[in-house]
Amino acid sequence: MDLFDIIGPVMVGPSSSHTAGAARIGLAIRRILCDEPVSADIALSGSFAATGAGHGTDRALAAGLMGMHPDDLRIRDSLAIAAERGLELHFSQSDIPRAHPNSVFIRVTGRSGRSVNVLAASVGAGRIEVRRIDGLDVNFSCEQPTLLIPHKDGPGCVARVTRMLSESGLNIAGMTVHRRQRGGMAIMVIETDEPVPPTLLHALATQPDIHDPRYIEPPKESI
Amino acid sequence: MNIDSFSAFVAEARKTGRPLWEVALIDQSADSGQSPAETLERMTRTLRVMREALSQYDPAARSESGLSGGAAARLRDAAAVGKSLSGPFLSDVMSRALMMAEMNACMGRIVAAPTAGSCGVLPSVILSAQERLRLPEEAAVHALLTAGGVGAIIASRATLSGAEGGCQAEVGSASAMAAAALVEMMGGAPEMSAHACAIALSNLMGLICDPVAGRVEVPCVTRNVIGAVGAVAAAELALGGIEYPVPADEVIDAMGWVGASLPPALRETGEGGLAVTLTGRSICERLAAPVRGKRRSERPLRQ
Repeated sequence: MDLFDIIGPVMVGPSSSHTAGAARIGLAIRRILCDEPVSADIALSGSFAATGAGHGTDRALAAGLMGMHPDDLRIRDSLAIAAERGLELHFSQSDIPRAHPNSVFIRVTGRSGRSVNVLAASVGAGRIEVRRIDGLDVNFSCEQPTLLIPHKDGPGCVARVTRMLSESGLNIAGMTVHRRQRGGMAIMVIETDEPVPPTLLHALATQPDIHDPRYIEPPKESI
Repeated sequence: MNIDSFSAFVAEARKTGRPLWEVALIDQSADSGQSPAETLERMTRTLRVMREALSQYDPAARSESGLSGGAAARLRDAAAVGKSLSGPFLSDVMSRALMMAEMNACMGRIVAAPTAGSCGVLPSVILSAQERLRLPEEAAVHALLTAGGVGAIIASRATLSGAEGGCQAEVGSASAMAAAALVEMMGGAPEMSAHACAIALSNLMGLICDPVAGRVEVPCVTRNVIGAVGAVAAAELALGGIEYPVPADEVIDAMGWVGASLPPALRETGEGGLAVTLTGRSICERLAAPVRGKRRSERPLRQ
């Protein structure tokens, strides 16, 4: 248990789950997109939909998408800042079946045209979990250095990746693999103890059957 | 921190001859990989965020709903003209607890300790005691470490979340954390901190989470006051040599049990208690009506 999770985080109020957690979800999705977001469709579900407005959930999500951290006072004015920056936001309410009570589904498009669909949840005390990316089930918190490796399901692909990690001296703290169907699109989520060097990410990107791997750095401590 | 019982926390302090804050510091450092010096620096920065939030309090600021704001200033003004029974120390504690909770409701920058809804308890007690006892800043930093250690124990045995355990898990835990830390600031023994924790937590046991319109405002803001004042009282009882018959660990376990037994309507859903009173419902309806284009009764915070 980290004492700075107990005495912390430093955050803009009023709610660690509905405000700080929402900002962290926005930040996580920005990192998953790996691009400057230009538009986002944001569907709030459960308690996020019911009490989000009063907790600034919409503003915190927008702030996170623009790269602001939970302690950034600009969260209060983030919707106006988004308009200035040309980030188009569309909010709606939706009932996502079997989702955590504080869930949000976001489809975000970046400047380069690439887009991603993400389901994420704020699970309490400002902690978050990413639950689904482009229809594939995942589960990671963004608290550790994380590699997202979309790939074509097939023998040897996972072994190749883990060998490359071990040759780079990286220890795998957690790992999951999910696929849509046999031989179809799949995604590896690998959490490591050490930061992932750009050279490794580059080497992964040139592997056959691996498509557009991404590296998500854990958010920097604000304090 | 890996210590998961108050008895082990006290035993480690006794075995090593270290105060509780140092036991928490060493344990945290071993866990995080940050050196004790780095951990102390980071906690100092955390304390300064608390102080900065208090110094930026704006009596004119109101929350988006219009339900919160200005209360701390009114209390302070009343105390300044002698309208106080409790005396200057408790009056300071109360107004600081309100300030922080109001800052939170008005989207100010605060430290969740342990949660945003209970963020007024620790800074009001610790900063007021530091001032009153004329202690250096490091004493307040140490108090935050002890409080954090207690919070970690509560989190591992029970919960710090209102949605899981009701307000007793948030304001109750904050009160217990502050009480234990205050005992140490006053030079009390580690065992006294354990008694103070047990007293403060048992005094708020069963407290439900029933936010009007689901917002962290009513009753959260004024409950920070009772958490803070309860911490001062519990510390004073323990320092006076009063030993609580039920050990802190068992009180924490009982709090967790009570939390799990609470119906969901009383755990941060806004579906019970004050939230479903006639007035609670009408506030909820008023706020649910969407106001497009302009925000209700909001004045910007000074920044």
